[in-house]
Amino acid sequence: MQEHIDLDQKQVNETLLKDVVGTPRWWLPAVGFLGMVFLAGVGAFGYLLNKGVGVWGQNRPVFWAFDMTNFVFWIGISHAGIMISAILRLTQAEWRRPVTRAAEVLTVFSLTAALMAAPLTHTGRPWRSWLWIFPYDFERGVWPNVRSAFVWDPSAVMTYLTASTLFVIIALLPDLAVIRDRTTGMRQKIYGFLCLGWRGTPRQWKLQAVAGILLSALVLPVFVSVHSIVSWDFAVQIGVEGWHSTIFAPYFIIGAIHSGVSAVATVMVLMVWLFKWDKVLRPDHFDAIGRLLIIVATVWFFAFFLEWVFALYTLEKPELVLRELQVFKMPYMPLFLTFLVTAFFFPVPLWLFKNVRRSLFWMFVTTISVNIGMWLERFLIIVPGIIRRQPTEFNWGSYHPSIIEILILTATFAWVAMGMLVFAKVFPLVPLFDIKEGMVGRHVIKIGRKIVPASIRE
Amino acid sequence: MAESAQATQKRQWGMVIDLDKCIGCQACVVACQSENNIPVNEEAHFNQRRAIQWIHIQRYWEGEWPHVKARFIPVLCQHCDNAPCEPVCPVYATYHNTEGLNVQVYNRCVGTRFCANNCPYVVRFFNFWEPAYPNSLKNQLNPDVTVRSRGIMEKCTFCVQRISRVRRQAKNDGTPIADGDRALNPACVNACPTDTLVFGDLEDPNSRVSKLRDKELVEGGRGYHLYEHLGTSPNVIYLKKVDKHAVEEPAHA
Repeated sequence: MQEHIDLDQKQVNETLLKDVVGTPRWWLPAVGFLGMVFLAGVGAFGYLLNKGVGVWGQNRPVFWAFDMTNFVFWIGISHAGIMISAILRLTQAEWRRPVTRAAEVLTVFSLTAALMAAPLTHTGRPWRSWLWIFPYDFERGVWPNVRSAFVWDPSAVMTYLTASTLFVIIALLPDLAVIRDRTTGMRQKIYGFLCLGWRGTPRQWKLQAVAGILLSALVLPVFVSVHSIVSWDFAVQIGVEGWHSTIFAPYFIIGAIHSGVSAVATVMVLMVWLFKWDKVLRPDHFDAIGRLLIIVATVWFFAFFLEWVFALYTLEKPELVLRELQVFKMPYMPLFLTFLVTAFFFPVPLWLFKNVRRSLFWMFVTTISVNIGMWLERFLIIVPGIIRRQPTEFNWGSYHPSIIEILILTATFAWVAMGMLVFAKVFPLVPLFDIKEGMVGRHVIKIGRKIVPASIRE
Repeated sequence: MAESAQATQKRQWGMVIDLDKCIGCQACVVACQSENNIPVNEEAHFNQRRAIQWIHIQRYWEGEWPHVKARFIPVLCQHCDNAPCEPVCPVYATYHNTEGLNVQVYNRCVGTRFCANNCPYVVRFFNFWEPAYPNSLKNQLNPDVTVRSRGIMEKCTFCVQRISRVRRQAKNDGTPIADGDRALNPACVNACPTDTLVFGDLEDPNSRVSKLRDKELVEGGRGYHLYEHLGTSPNVIYLKKVDKHAVEEPAHA
């Protein structure tokens, strides 16, 4: 059952705002380092622009590799936001309170990372990608082809990005007013402008709550649409045998939630380690997210299992060749084993132990492991599938990433980490008002003879 | 008004490839490279598996030693009526024109490579690098064909520049387009020494291709399409090799 956060309202403000008002010593070096890693990726992108896609390791027929893997991976991470702030909000899970904003901010930054991975660096002529992503090309009179999954993609991702940004802004308003009241000079003016005249009147609180619940409900379709559409980038293709599968949409969605919720758990651990918010993020919160992860991971593994059953049931030769390539042939065999262990067989049995779920260190290790596994999962779907060891594909080969692709991959990680750190410096990463709301609404309920603190509903 | 009849006449360009005649000499490949301004494929391009050959001769071995037979199959864009590459292009860079050709508009292409993935025949080629020609070949480039820059897709066009030149000529002269006109035929067809490749209008009942199609495919002869089970309805018809010692193998065995 939920431990209560043992702070009064003043202590909540002090704990959560100390790094916004002041600056931790490690912050500037950390952001500087991540910025340099990101700039290295920008440099790699510049080189790519200058020379062409030839600087990557792609070939015919491996036309998609790291680029789409990163895209699917980051869209997957972004599902954290909708899971935590929409599903858990609507089901009134009490433990979501300290992590809602971190999850939403993670969503925003990982969506931008996904956009960097796929339309920006992925296309052969990136300077023309906007013609299809923002399709207002009145000059040429050529409209985008709505039959293409690549036109569905930007609309879904942009909808999600807009909704997540709105979520972050609406939840920020009361907290910005708190900061405005505690700063002076220029900063007070800026925060005062950003909080849009928040004075904490009952009407404002009501509107803010209604907006939050409305947004939660309205983005629910996004929950199923975004990753379904991403999966259709692959599943609509008849040209690649291994991708042409009907299970892809639910399989990708549940995989996205698996990696997204794991990423939130990682961020929670980092919040405790970096910002010392152990009074706000209690072991109970980790316990709750660990339980959620067990369910999600098991459903994901079931979908993964079904995908294999569907593929192998027909005993068609191209499918058998693909599965053999994925599991038994070098270099994919070690990758496949690593993926299976890191995404499921290492973390999930560990999460069954309460001590592991309540341990920061073990939650950090297991959730990082899940995301290593989930990245490999996408890579193993995309690359061995597209190698296409078919009778008329006479160009049998493999794929090896070049240093440029690896630099761009690390740059997306640096971008998300840097974005989170900068956000945590400028705005509170834990919603003050949400915590206080939970403290006010807390009470105990009687279950049988036992009196326990209410953890599900307030 | 003869010219408008000429212009609106329904056409369906197609090709018949008789594998019984193919000797694997690669003359079609060379002709295609020079007609269509395809960058010179150096050894490194083949090692990177990025060589561009709109038509390529695939060779495979059949049988066990010492009864080994070399088999050749020229593979080029099948100009499918129901082309998988067309619906996936977000910018309409590839679409079907009124003459049954699957055409590529280089200007529109942004290089998502979606079409290349969705082509079951893997006959679409991506310009990974800026095309480079040796100095001695600079004046050899065909002025009727765009030199494709890096970052865009390209593929066999059935030498659309030759088709439109003949169509213009026929329109000016008021004469019909003759079947088997060497000015109309794609470069590969003209270069083929054994008459393996036959090009023409599948809508015209008197053309050689439609006669071959009727005889070999419709009435049931040696004709087949590549990957018929995918339902792409290609406009390239292959005629099976005649081999009295061949052992039939069931498909998807």
